[in-house]
Amino acid sequence: MSSNLKQPLVAALRPALAALIGLSLGVALTAFAGENPWQVFMVIVRGALGTPYDAGMTLFYATPLILTGLAVALPYRAGLFNIGAEGQLLMGALAVAVVGVLLPNVSAPMSLLVSVLAAFAAGALWGGIAGWLRAYRGSHEVITTIMLNFIAAGLTSWVVLALIPSQDSQNPESARISANYILEHFSAFSSAPVTWALPLAVLTAFLVWLFLRFTVRGYELKATGLSIDAARFAGINVRFMQMLAMALGGGIAGLVGIAEVCGNSGRFRLGFSPDYGFIGIPVALMARAHPLGAVASALLFAVLQKGTAELDLETTYVTRDLAAIIQAMVVLAVAAEAGFTWLKWRRAKPEVKNHA
Amino acid sequence: MLEYLLDLAAATLRLSTPLIFAAMGGLISERSGVINIALEGKMVVGAFAAAVVTLSTGSPWVGLIGGGLAGVLLAALYGVAVLPLKANQIVAGTGINMLAFGIPPFVAKILYDVTGSTPAISLAERFSVAPMVLAVFLPLVIWSFLSHTRGGLWLQFAGEHPSALAAAGVNVRRIRWASVLTAGFLAGVGGATLSIFLSSAYSRNMTSGRGFIALAALILGKWRPLPVLFACLFFGLADAVQMRLQGIQMDGFGKVPVQFIQILPYMITIVVLAGFVGRSRAPRALGNS
Repeated sequence: MSSNLKQPLVAALRPALAALIGLSLGVALTAFAGENPWQVFMVIVRGALGTPYDAGMTLFYATPLILTGLAVALPYRAGLFNIGAEGQLLMGALAVAVVGVLLPNVSAPMSLLVSVLAAFAAGALWGGIAGWLRAYRGSHEVITTIMLNFIAAGLTSWVVLALIPSQDSQNPESARISANYILEHFSAFSSAPVTWALPLAVLTAFLVWLFLRFTVRGYELKATGLSIDAARFAGINVRFMQMLAMALGGGIAGLVGIAEVCGNSGRFRLGFSPDYGFIGIPVALMARAHPLGAVASALLFAVLQKGTAELDLETTYVTRDLAAIIQAMVVLAVAAEAGFTWLKWRRAKPEVKNHA
Repeated sequence: MLEYLLDLAAATLRLSTPLIFAAMGGLISERSGVINIALEGKMVVGAFAAAVVTLSTGSPWVGLIGGGLAGVLLAALYGVAVLPLKANQIVAGTGINMLAFGIPPFVAKILYDVTGSTPAISLAERFSVAPMVLAVFLPLVIWSFLSHTRGGLWLQFAGEHPSALAAAGVNVRRIRWASVLTAGFLAGVGGATLSIFLSSAYSRNMTSGRGFIALAALILGKWRPLPVLFACLFFGLADAVQMRLQGIQMDGFGKVPVQFIQILPYMITIVVLAGFVGRSRAPRALGNS
């Protein structure tokens, strides 16, 4: 095998191995609850892939995770840590719901375009605020995105309940969007809500890959992430690149609104997201912030999400909350692996000792 | 009117209590140079462990310490990831927060065969005022520790100029370990006050972002104990006012949307961070361990 091909493979294998260790630790924990970890593992796999419906649900979960994984990965390449995907996807979903309720007469092919643009724009605005604050006001994006997540939660709750409330139910949700905006479910997965949102998410990953690899802007974005001083010295407008990275990331997270509102519930249901935005963090980390890798790791996390849902019924003492523990173990293992690699590299080259 | 104000002041103090403990924990950790975005997670396990321990021992004091120790355990895991293994502190902190949300349902299912909340704790086994008093004095203790003791000075140097501290022959890593574990204890105690002081059981999502509000208070108070205390009191007041405003009609304005008051602390933090109202400077070596 040529070293060209070997290097990315090795680069992908190490975090995968770390993830496997994290996964094993999480599943092994169930022994404390008196369960057989192997059986728990099999329940997860069967629950996620056992029937066409199960596989469809796994793909349904994978769709937002691909998008939030990209929403974390793209800014990461610019040296920024976007933990605001949760707020960005809420804003995207809100925009889709508002457009779908207030502009019911846009006809079918046009409506898809309108909803995609609305979702992207709202997410990009939310990400862009954090990007602007970082680039031009020096406010750390981690803190501002945490705060913006809460603000998005409050804002969406107010708009949904006060401005476009549901007419036909008592649930905390918006009115139903116009039928013109609804995406049809693919028939291959019985009734699971797999729609065009899935190919859209994969296409987005592909576009991000093209952007990073083959465009000047993409190159400038990566240069900003690799060394901000060198990039500035080379004449790259690093502030703009930081803002662009956050806005693009936010816009991509906003597209989750298409999968949920147009593809699943037909409305904005408060609390619809089982922390898709936060699960995007391990998705991106495991992929080492590679856009195509994010698709693969999103599938893995979707298996986990769907598979653990079966634990409630199939085991006595373990519930779907195990997913959170396993995800956390994977995050910690992958993060420690990255740190460990860095440490070894530093030991090998004592002359670049970090003096902090 | 006076009665109303006294009532509001008492509510403010009560609601600030968990914030003060958690924010002081964050302060100790971040002043030593270790980022702490996992305050929320430590509060979750603290709240849960305190409820479990109080239920089984009947003593809120033992429960409070149990909550603190649960925070220490979680902090130890974080410490291993970020100190010797040098994991990115923000990524690891996010992982710890995720983990913390998974632990209470997992353990509660084993102990009580429920995943939501613990059984209720009787009134006699709960705190009435004690944690509130502790919370008011804690910032004073931390302030005098930081500015009047050698350990406090070391801690500050670990966060501002670790190489100078190392040159003076002090083990920076050890100071940071002590700070991270202390932060875990305080945040755990903060969580404990939610379940055995402010309410009568642990329930799912009972922290509802208070760990992040504590983080906001830490930034707003510019990493200094007394200003952070005031920031916590301010956020406690916002919470108390929000509870009183729910469903109240105002002349010419209609109902005040609760959501607007709920997001107020986060808005203020962003405005402060953006430097519109005085800059907030983080410890110089924050995040480089």
